[in-house]
Parts: sequence; C-alpha cells; structure tokens
Amino acid sequence: MKFRSLALAASIAAIGLTSTIATTSAYAQAKEQFFPVIVYRTGAYAANGGPWANGYVDFLKLVNAKGGINGVKLSFEECETGYATDRGVECYERLKGKGATVFQPLSTGITFALTEKAPVDKIPLITAGYGRSESQNGAVFSWNFPLLGTYWVGADVAIQHIGKLAGGLDKLKGKKIALVYHDSPYGKEPIPALQERAKMHGFELQLLPVAHPGVEQKATWLQIRQSKPDNVLLWGWGVMNSTALKEAQATGYPREKMIGIWWAGAEPDVKDVGAGAKGYSALTLQHGAEPGSKVAKDVLELVHAKGQGTGPKEEVGSVLYMRGLISAMLGVEGVRKAQERYGKGKVMTGEQTRWGLENLNLDQKALDGMGFANVMRPVQTSCLDHMGSSWVRVHTWDGAKWNFTSDWYQSDEKVLRPMVMLASGKYAEEKKIAPRTPEQCKQ
Amino acid sequence: MIYRENGQFKTTYQADQQIFTIAQDKIFVLAVIAFAFIGIPFLVDEYLFRAILIPFLILALAALGVNLLVGYCGQITLGAGAFMAIGAYAAYNFFIRIDGMPLIAAILLGGLSSAGMGILFGVPSLRVRGLYLAVATLAAQFFCDWAFLRIKWFTNDSSSGSVSVSNLNVFGWSIETPIQKYLFCLCFLVAFALVAKNLTRAIIGRQWMAIRDMDVAAEVIGIRPMYAKLSAFAVSSFFVGVAGALWGFVHLGSWEPAAFSVDRSFQLLFMVIIGGLGSILGSFFGAAFIVVLPIFLNQFLPALGSLFGIAISTAAVSHAELIIFGSLIVFFLIVEPHGLARLWSIAKEKLRLWPFPH
Repeated sequence: MKFRSLALAASIAAIGLTSTIATTSAYAQAKEQFFPVIVYRTGAYAANGGPWANGYVDFLKLVNAKGGINGVKLSFEECETGYATDRGVECYERLKGKGATVFQPLSTGITFALTEKAPVDKIPLITAGYGRSESQNGAVFSWNFPLLGTYWVGADVAIQHIGKLAGGLDKLKGKKIALVYHDSPYGKEPIPALQERAKMHGFELQLLPVAHPGVEQKATWLQIRQSKPDNVLLWGWGVMNSTALKEAQATGYPREKMIGIWWAGAEPDVKDVGAGAKGYSALTLQHGAEPGSKVAKDVLELVHAKGQGTGPKEEVGSVLYMRGLISAMLGVEGVRKAQERYGKGKVMTGEQTRWGLENLNLDQKALDGMGFANVMRPVQTSCLDHMGSSWVRVHTWDGAKWNFTSDWYQSDEKVLRPMVMLASGKYAEEKKIAPRTPEQCKQ
Repeated sequence: MIYRENGQFKTTYQADQQIFTIAQDKIFVLAVIAFAFIGIPFLVDEYLFRAILIPFLILALAALGVNLLVGYCGQITLGAGAFMAIGAYAAYNFFIRIDGMPLIAAILLGGLSSAGMGILFGVPSLRVRGLYLAVATLAAQFFCDWAFLRIKWFTNDSSSGSVSVSNLNVFGWSIETPIQKYLFCLCFLVAFALVAKNLTRAIIGRQWMAIRDMDVAAEVIGIRPMYAKLSAFAVSSFFVGVAGALWGFVHLGSWEPAAFSVDRSFQLLFMVIIGGLGSILGSFFGAAFIVVLPIFLNQFLPALGSLFGIAISTAAVSHAELIIFGSLIVFFLIVEPHGLARLWSIAKEKLRLWPFPH
C-alpha cells in the first residue's frame, strides 16, 4: 500500500510540475534570435555528434559574448534525437514553435523528412556538407541550403584526387574503385555522381553497403580482399569509420589507398586505431583540425575561460568541433545579412533569414575578420546556387594528427550541374513545385 | 453511485449483444470519440498534433493489429515493423505508379499486400510455437529490411533510397494541415477499432482465443488451426500495414527502411504487453504509454532541474529518459502483469462500489 501511495504522490507531483513547464516556456519569446540546436549526444553516433554540437553551441555563445548580431542576443535550446528520424521530427515540431531561425539537423535522414516540412513552416534548413545533393538548386529547393558542399561534390573531388595521384584522370580506365558506404540515404547519396564519373573515365565502381550502425564489416572487407580494388572510398559515420579502418588493417588493405568523405575524417574516427590508420586520407569540408585558428582562440578566451564552455577544452579546434562552429557561423551570418535588408538590430523571422542565406556573400576579408583565416574560403550563394562554394582539400592522418596533403580542389560544374538540374527537376515534377523564375528570385 | 447498471434491463437479444452493455460505458466512449473529433481540434496546438497525437493514433492502430495476433491468437510476433514497412512501401508504389490512384485505396491496398505477406510469414506458425515462432517472424523483419534497402524497384529507383509522397488528398479535400492529418488518422483508427472489437466478439475472434488458450483442445472441438492462425496473421498484418502506410504518408512524409526497423517491432510488442494482452483498450493505453512518456520525460526533466536551479545536459536527460522509462516498464509489469487495461478495469470495479465499498 505504501508503494502505491508513493507512486500516486509521484504522479500528482509530475502533473503539478507539467503545468509549471507550460508557464516557464512562455517567457522564451523575448527579443532574442532563437537558434534551435538539434543534436545527438547519445546513441551509436554520439562520439561524432557530440563535438559538432559543442562547436555549434560554443559559437552561439561566442556571438553573445561579442555582443550579439548587431545587438540582438542569441538564445538556443538543444533537443536530442539520437540520430533517429522520428525523434528528429519531434524535436523540429517542438522547437519550431519557439520562433526558430534556422534548423541544422546533422542527419541526412532527418533532412529528408524536414525538407517536406520546411517550406510549409517557412524555416530555412542549413545542411552544411550533407543532405540532398540536388537541393543545391535553390529555384526548386527554396528552403534548403547545402552550404559548402554536397555529397556529389565530395564524390567528384574524391575521383579527381584519385585521378591526380594516378597521374591523370585518363589513367583511371580499367581501375576498380570500391565504395564502402553506410546503408542509409547518407551513404547512398554519392552513388549517382560516382556512377557518372565511372562512365566518363571507364573505371569500375564496386558498391559495398554496411548496415547501421556499422560495427559488422567482416564480410565487406573479405569482399575487398577478394576483389582487390585500386582504391576504397569510405562513406561512413560514427563507429563505422573506426571499424572500417580496423578491418582494413586486419585484412591488410593499404590505408594509403583509402579516402574518406569529410564525415569520415575526424579525430574520433582514427584515434582508437592510432598508428593503424596512418596514411589514411579524408576529404575536408574546407577546414581540417584548426586549434590554431583565431576563432578557436576566441572561443577559448571569451567562452571557455569564463567557465561557459560546452564541452571539454581540448576539443576546441578539432575537426567536427570546427564543423559545428562553421555551421553555426553560416546561420548567424545569414541572420546578419538579413538584418541589412530588414532592419539592423531586429529579430529576423525564418523567412527573412532565408533571404539572408540566399544572398550570403562572405569574402575572404570578412572571413579573416571573423577569425577564419586559413580555415575557409569565400562563400557566395544565389538563388540558383544554394551551396555557395565547393572548395575541398584532402588531409591525411599521420598516426597522431591530421595534416593537409593536397591543394584545393573544386568540383567540376560541367559534370554536376546537369545532374543537379535533372534531379531537382524530377523532384519539382513529383511535388508539383513550379521552380522560381529569375524575377521571383530577386524578391 | 454514478456508475451502476441498476435498472438497465435488457429485453432483447440485440440489447444483450451490444458492445457496451452498460449505458454509462456507451455514453462515456461516445463522448470520448466526439471530443476527439470535435473538441481536440479546437484545443490543441500544432506541436501536440504533430509530435504526439498523430504518432499516437497511428501506433495505436498498429498496436491494435499486433494485439489481435499476440493477445487474441497467442502467436508471438517480432515482425510487426516489417509489416508496417510492407504496408508503407506497397501503398507508395500503388500511389505513384498508378495514375489517379485515390489515397485511401492506396493505403488499403498497402494493407492488403501486407496481409498477403503476413499469411506467407504466418505459415511457420502451423508447425512452430512460442519463442520459436518469434524467431521465425523475426525473419520477416530482416527480409524486409533487406528488400527495401536493396531492391531498387520498391523505392522507384530513388538514388538515396528514401521515398516521399506529397499532395495527399481525399475526395478533393487536401490532407496538409496537422488538423486534417489528425482527423484523417482518427477516422481510420475509429473504423478499425470498431472492426477489431467486433471481430473479437464474432466467431473468428472466439476461434483465435480458443487457439490461444489451448490449441489441441480447440482442434478437438472442431476449430481448424490453419484457418484460425492464418486468418489472425492476415487480419493483424492488414491492420499493421495500414498503420505503416499512414506512418509513412501522413506522419513522416518521407521515409527510409530505418523508420521500420526491428526497434519498431519491439516497440509495438511492448505496447501490447504493457497495455494489456487481449484487450482492445489496452492497445490504446500501451501506445499512449510508449509514445508519450519518453517525450514527456525529455521535456519534464530539464524543467524539473531548472525548478531547483540545476541545468541538466541534453545527454544526461536522454540517458535519464531511458533509465526512467525502463524502470517504469518493469514497475508496471510487477504491479500489474495484465497491463494497464487491467488497472482500468479494476478502477471501474471500484467505481461501481463507490462510495460504499462494503
């Protein structure tokens, strides 16, 4: 009986407290620019989701420490998805009601789901370095911003890099390239671009899917041992990356011939493997590990030194931390640009931020001024190009840290642009969207 | 005092065979349905619709299907997620490949495809029982995961393997806003719940229950196990398939096989066990428990923390959510092994005697 009354008391207390929640959430509507933060600090991909989230939140704190966007302070709230699409949708619904500026879900699956919802709710979606590749075409995907690069860019540059190492793209004829990919929309995105390149240069593309979460790869690597591909592209995330490297080591596949996408090229992916991953290269979304950059020092000085750091101090400047930080920066700069048009020092709506993101123009001077010297190259978006930039470098793990080992690449617009137009056209037709005309774009 | 059937005399067989024999029950249920249709659309905000009510309605429908099979026919299944996937992908293919296919027809055809596959995967139930059958139905799960990831035809050659639908409308009435989606799902749920309730009261449901309680004895009194078991698989898969189609079309809008992973199968089975095996009402309780509680905890814990001036990190909340959720499941199973539906009926018994329990 005692047990039962205890349970009863607990549930009554719970009901009482819920009513207080309803009242406390009401005062968040102050004059602040609200940034929803969709993260996964738990689950199979926590090791990679954590640093990204810390970088994202730290940058928002840094902006506040520097006085906000023209005086407008930022507020934010985290919501945990565990990389699950349905929880991501729940988070989106929860946070959008609080006046969300821009969503960055860090999951291709969630991006696909939100792509359907964002136009209805008029909230832009930034997917820096992931998401739908064809959403580069802003005439059809008005609300999606795959800033800095898409998976097609990644695939294109990876082939360019392999070609360069082989001594020219024509040398790829008759070679065999294997793609070891996460069996989800994320991993499947690059396939059309790789197939296109395979047709152009006459190499054979071998597709090797790995099931979520990617800890079981024995069979995949046995296949690689059998077929001996000349190169392996790794399109993994989270624990899948380190597992792949360990399996490569076990099967004796040379790590020098492996190239990862920018989500397979961070510290958590290689740290556990240590010297075993030596020689492994990965693409970078412009930046690598940048602990020496000015913005990282700013974070340490203005946020961490005041005891407000989100994660551990050592993490500041690591690859995924920087990715989160840059993602937040892009969102903040979108708001800043929007303020130029709609009024400085005002809180921007999602629709106004969308205009800012579409007319983003970050030149090298602006980037250097914000502390991104040697970290990033200029980004300029337009109605037809929501990506803004496709600069990619390659960095290689030397057993202890990442070092840049290539010059800057850019994706070949001649190859990708027709694919983007075709795929986005197909999407527009399916969804009965009329692509925006150049006149409509100016509005 | 208020809940007593004194004075309600049944003078016809028809009156005796009503779903709710007590007038108060009938009024209460009708009032709840009326409130769900008329009251809720005016009271509830968009977040509640999209994040809680719509998933609850759809998963309640799926749990209803699983309950018919597990609770009424006694055949344990771990493949419910697979049948949801079949329903969703079949409906998707009917919807986009046939021009002018009406939405409701596509969803029902998705359910029928799922029923067909349900019969196929139900065949082992004629030879194996209990845990062995659970393992056999797990095969359906892995098969479907594989098929919808690998066979490109099912996803209309989508390069990413993710499919999406839009421009849903029924009789020229578009299903876009949360209220429309909610009402659409609610109509399905009410209709299917009525069908399920009547099935379990009819000869077919009695056959299922006979098989569940003792299949040898059932066979002796003239029930054909093959017919009873396969019909249970078919009907259950139909319900689950329709729920899957709704989940994809109405709730997610764009989905991949991960939306119907083995986790979903377990989730549905838990709903049925926690809600109450062999109870229509239990399916609703179970779905509510599993859908609402994690989301509630996720928002309640930070608020609780802030009340005492403690900031709880997102990761800690997420871990605590799993811990509390898990312990509540254990708690309820210990306190009431027959599920939440049993707690409900105990409450009704008590109410009958109230306020003079002796």
